[in-house]
Amino acid sequence: MEKSKLSQLKKTATNVRIGIIESVHSAKSGHPGGSLSIADILTYLYFEEMHIDPADPKAPGRDRLVLSKGHAAPALYSVLAERGYLPKSDLLTLRKIDSYLQGHPDMKHTPGVDMTTGSLGLGISAACGMALSAKIGNEPYRTYAILGDGESEEGQVWEALMFASHYHLDNLCVILDWNGLQIDGPVEQVMNNTPYAEKFASFGYEVVSVDAHDFEQLEKAFAKARQTKGRPTAIIAKSVKGKGVSFMENQVGWHGAAPNDEQYEQAMAELTAALKA
Amino acid sequence: MAKMATREAYGNALAQLGEKYDFVVLDADLAAATKTGIFKKKYPERFFDCGIQEANMMGVAAGIATTGRIPVVSTFAMFAAGRAYEPIRNAIGYPHLNVKICATHAGITVGEDGATHQCNEDIALMRTIPGMTVICPADQAETAAALETALTTDGPFYIRLGRFAVPDVHGEDYRFTLGKSDLLRAGTDVTVVATGFMVHLALEAAEKLQESGVSARVIDMHTVKPLDRDALLAAAKETGAIVTAEEHSVIGGLGGAVSEAVAELCPVPVLKVGLNDTFGRSGNVPALLERYGLTSDQIVQKALAAIAMKRS
Repeated sequence: MEKSKLSQLKKTATNVRIGIIESVHSAKSGHPGGSLSIADILTYLYFEEMHIDPADPKAPGRDRLVLSKGHAAPALYSVLAERGYLPKSDLLTLRKIDSYLQGHPDMKHTPGVDMTTGSLGLGISAACGMALSAKIGNEPYRTYAILGDGESEEGQVWEALMFASHYHLDNLCVILDWNGLQIDGPVEQVMNNTPYAEKFASFGYEVVSVDAHDFEQLEKAFAKARQTKGRPTAIIAKSVKGKGVSFMENQVGWHGAAPNDEQYEQAMAELTAALKA
Repeated sequence: MAKMATREAYGNALAQLGEKYDFVVLDADLAAATKTGIFKKKYPERFFDCGIQEANMMGVAAGIATTGRIPVVSTFAMFAAGRAYEPIRNAIGYPHLNVKICATHAGITVGEDGATHQCNEDIALMRTIPGMTVICPADQAETAAALETALTTDGPFYIRLGRFAVPDVHGEDYRFTLGKSDLLRAGTDVTVVATGFMVHLALEAAEKLQESGVSARVIDMHTVKPLDRDALLAAAKETGAIVTAEEHSVIGGLGGAVSEAVAELCPVPVLKVGLNDTFGRSGNVPALLERYGLTSDQIVQKALAAIAMKRS
């Protein structure tokens, strides 16, 4: 990857993180940890990978993104704002009465949101339906779904994964955000569902393991997914929950808590410094 | 009088309408029983078996609907409204997606399979979902018409179908109007509001009441949501007593919906024939109907009791 492109992507991802912190701070609630862990993945998808047009968010031939781990809505809204789907200033209305930015993604009222999600396990099924529909209509668009590792304790996730494999949905790319933490503690302690790569492989997936914060690895993984025929691809993305804000990194407590004013200032100082680096 | 199970009528209509409309069909390993197998045979490329994973099937249907394609989804009522309630609520109902859920084997007429398979709660569950249309057809003509209406009307639909054969209550010239009930018999002393399987028994009950000099109006309330409030207001005003009849729990179903409406519009006695807050059991259909009081005699008794209430 060219140096200039890499540094631009990093800068964009930092801006996405700033949007996450600002919106969650403004809402005084929300899920910063699991939003920060997917900021780089979403940045790559919306700025490099997906065929989309912010001016025409419902274009029938667009690529689709389903945020199956819907609680990371602040990350989705922030990347959509960064990409021009919505005004950045609207991020501050997150979770407030009359805002179109609901606590969990609402496709009916938010431009660029392809599927309503929030109840874990539902999004991945819907992504399968989108990919199947493309196959039925012989349409070239691709569908991307971001799954949580904790979310993957839901039985429905494995129903959906089985379905995609059975119907050879090679136009579906599943990204597992492996941040290792869920509300009650480390995933391995709450309900161990590892190993992931082996499980996906046994379900018939092309499996690519990456560092979720390394754009060059993400680029290769998505290219691999596009080239894979006859079966869906799973990108196992090892991530850091709370990535980019030092005191939030790898801390269970930041799954669903908003920063107070002091913490907000510190987080913003760190991210602003990263922007200048 | 011709007899046919509404699931059979559904399977036939689905295969027939497949020529006219471009929809796809999903089932969860029950195509032979839900009768989607008839469609599958005719249009194998438009049929997708989801295996035994009803929750996923509803999510897949939602995803298909987001792309502008219409999915028709079938399984037993227990596994649609029951097992997959939350996917229906959150992935189909909340985004108001154009998914047509056609659930068969509803109610106690499932018969010998017993309580785990007899869904007597689905009307209650489905009608609480904002924007969900709920239809419970009484015979083959109504089933075919309801399906075509669902296919040509945007939004989520739940169509409740039965396993057991029912006699026709409508002629071939039947015209179905969504949300508008059918007056099957005029009457002045009491109104029987019935849905689905119970409609023909309501007509039978009206005959019996006539023999004892009671004039019973019979309304076929095929659309439980949105409910035909005008017909209920007229029934309450003109007959002063109502009996509901449904192959469903008396809690939250047609009886619940009618009671809610009548209490607001024009309070009169409303008595309910249905499953009285109980699970079913195994048995043949006539024995089950007798055991749980889903009979024309039961409707007659409730009608007389409702009339007595208005006089007291």
